[in-house]
Amino acid sequence: MGEEIIKEEKILKGIPASPGIAMGQAFLMEMEEPTVPRRQISDEDLPNEIARLEDALIQTRKEILEIQKKIAEEMSYEHAEIFNAHLLLLEDKMFLEEVISRLRKEKFIVEYILVDVIKKYIKVFSKMDDEYLRDRISDIDDVGKRILRHLIGQQRQDLSKLKEKVIVVAYNLSPSDTALMHKENVLGFVTDIGGRTSHTAIMAKSLEIPAVVGLEKVSRLVKKGDYLIVNGNDGSVIINPREETIKKYQEELLKFEEFIHRLEGLKELPAETLDGYRVKIAANIESPQEIPSVIAHGAFGIGLYRTEYFYMNRKDLPSEEEQFEAYRRVAIQMAPHPVTIRTLDLGGDKFISQLDIPYEINPFMGWRAIRFCLARPDIFKAQLSAILRASVEGKLRLMYPLISGIEELKQANRILEEVKEELRQKNIRFDEDIEVGAMIEVPSAAVTSDILAKEVDFFSIGTNDLIQYALAVDRVNEKIAYLYEPAHPAVLRIIKNIIDSAHEAGIWVGMCGEMAGEVLFTPLLLGMGLDEFSVSAVNIPEVKQVIRSITITQAKEITRQCLSFSTSEEILEFLRLKLKEIVPEIIV
Amino acid sequence: MKKIKKKIVVKNKQGLHARPAALFVQIANKFDANITVRKGSLSANGKSIMGILMLEIGPGSEILIEAEGEDAERAIIALERIILEEEPQLIK
Repeated sequence: MGEEIIKEEKILKGIPASPGIAMGQAFLMEMEEPTVPRRQISDEDLPNEIARLEDALIQTRKEILEIQKKIAEEMSYEHAEIFNAHLLLLEDKMFLEEVISRLRKEKFIVEYILVDVIKKYIKVFSKMDDEYLRDRISDIDDVGKRILRHLIGQQRQDLSKLKEKVIVVAYNLSPSDTALMHKENVLGFVTDIGGRTSHTAIMAKSLEIPAVVGLEKVSRLVKKGDYLIVNGNDGSVIINPREETIKKYQEELLKFEEFIHRLEGLKELPAETLDGYRVKIAANIESPQEIPSVIAHGAFGIGLYRTEYFYMNRKDLPSEEEQFEAYRRVAIQMAPHPVTIRTLDLGGDKFISQLDIPYEINPFMGWRAIRFCLARPDIFKAQLSAILRASVEGKLRLMYPLISGIEELKQANRILEEVKEELRQKNIRFDEDIEVGAMIEVPSAAVTSDILAKEVDFFSIGTNDLIQYALAVDRVNEKIAYLYEPAHPAVLRIIKNIIDSAHEAGIWVGMCGEMAGEVLFTPLLLGMGLDEFSVSAVNIPEVKQVIRSITITQAKEITRQCLSFSTSEEILEFLRLKLKEIVPEIIV
Repeated sequence: MKKIKKKIVVKNKQGLHARPAALFVQIANKFDANITVRKGSLSANGKSIMGILMLEIGPGSEILIEAEGEDAERAIIALERIILEEEPQLIK
């Protein structure tokens, strides 16, 4: 007679690191600690031990650079940048000096010394008051383990090669482990250590894998074959849930999936209001790799293609040919839909090393974007020429960032004309009717938008900078973050003014800042007459859903009311109320 | 050998953690001068990310930067800028 083992339901509470619910079999990552013997070495062994360490450091560096490259291509530069800290740690003077001096003094094998030094650092960091610094433990741990693995020649389990759909259970997952996961076979993951701001959590969020971290002992409690529910929304993890619990979660999951599914059904449908008023929804991209996702989410085109990508993570400047190839590819892939290429927008919070731009006290108001391009026509012209040449392959538009007045705009257009003339001289074809736009993100441009409208074919409102300049709020300063308010009556009036003066001059207006992707503002912007919403690919279905659930008359009425309020609080409250009425199932 | 000291209150919103710390160390390594950062009774090599992080320099902390070497003056100016900027960035 078979004995049925009744597994008891256990609920653990941790830190929700990435939202969503996942249910499935546990996959236990091997306990990571390979035992390192405390073996003495002789003086003659010393050079060899140091050479082994150096070799492991070189291998580790190579490995991290590869991962970084992969992530930059598949995810984004911000994610890849995480690994800069890992690289710094690898060449850290204090760390290396400590390992080597202890090696000479204590004469144990280098593995033992390394593990001990890393352990010491982890101990120091775990006592720190600052949450952010405490979360760096996993970075130090990651680098330490990587070096150790190269020293002893052991391979890490590669999560990109999992065969079944599982929930990964580990003491700790490094950002690189996480980055290599695929949504198709990792349903979710849980770890003993880690915090909300750990790089692993950031990675999980962008991969859309539900995760709970900081569970303290989950890797010891879960046994092979256990069934797990991971609730990344509230941070709970249920080991071997009861029948009823599973049912409850299945229902919840189903409801959530239905909503997502409904949004997916919108892909082929136009962004059209209930009474037949149409706008366009486009996507913001940073690199051509994002195009499949853009198409999958049903974008009508690209409203903002950031070209800074080319200039980063390299020592030289990108050639015209290289840019031409990329622009051409994007144009072909997106055709017949338009792609709006923003000319180089460096400075502010985006710097590159090869140009030797001096440090500035106030970079957001400094030598950046179009100001930089006008001062360096060599760089600007190469980009314009690449865009023009690629324009015959599809539908390209170009726009200048940070225009602050008519002189700048005219100057940029003059340079564009020069480039066009040069191409004509050389009998190189380009789209003679290429649309040229100005980003409106400086208050002076917003106020004089009626004047600027005469010189361009369209405007694109860059709300991120526009808001910080209009409200005099540094958007990266946490102390005044509460003042950064897109719903400030001043911001709304400025946007309204830009749209009105564009329409009066007979040109169209898009918006490519964060505000365009926030569904709360969709009815308001629609009512103001915004023609194109350019948002992150993931926000497209939601924005479309809101547009398709409202009439233009309703939207205009919402706009009218919003403009009559005197505080952002009233505006936000009103918008929340309206959105609930229009799309009750949306979560804001 | 030139030796320069400068007392600075860290205004950066993240303090000298994470990205600003990484930037600080990257910049410090560009100079020949020896760079020491002191906070209270603790001190660290300004060219070491671990050293800087272990000083736990939060926003509002007062630190003393010392640079010793031919390019000490330039080093201090460059490092001070990083500390005074709200969100410095350097992309490799």
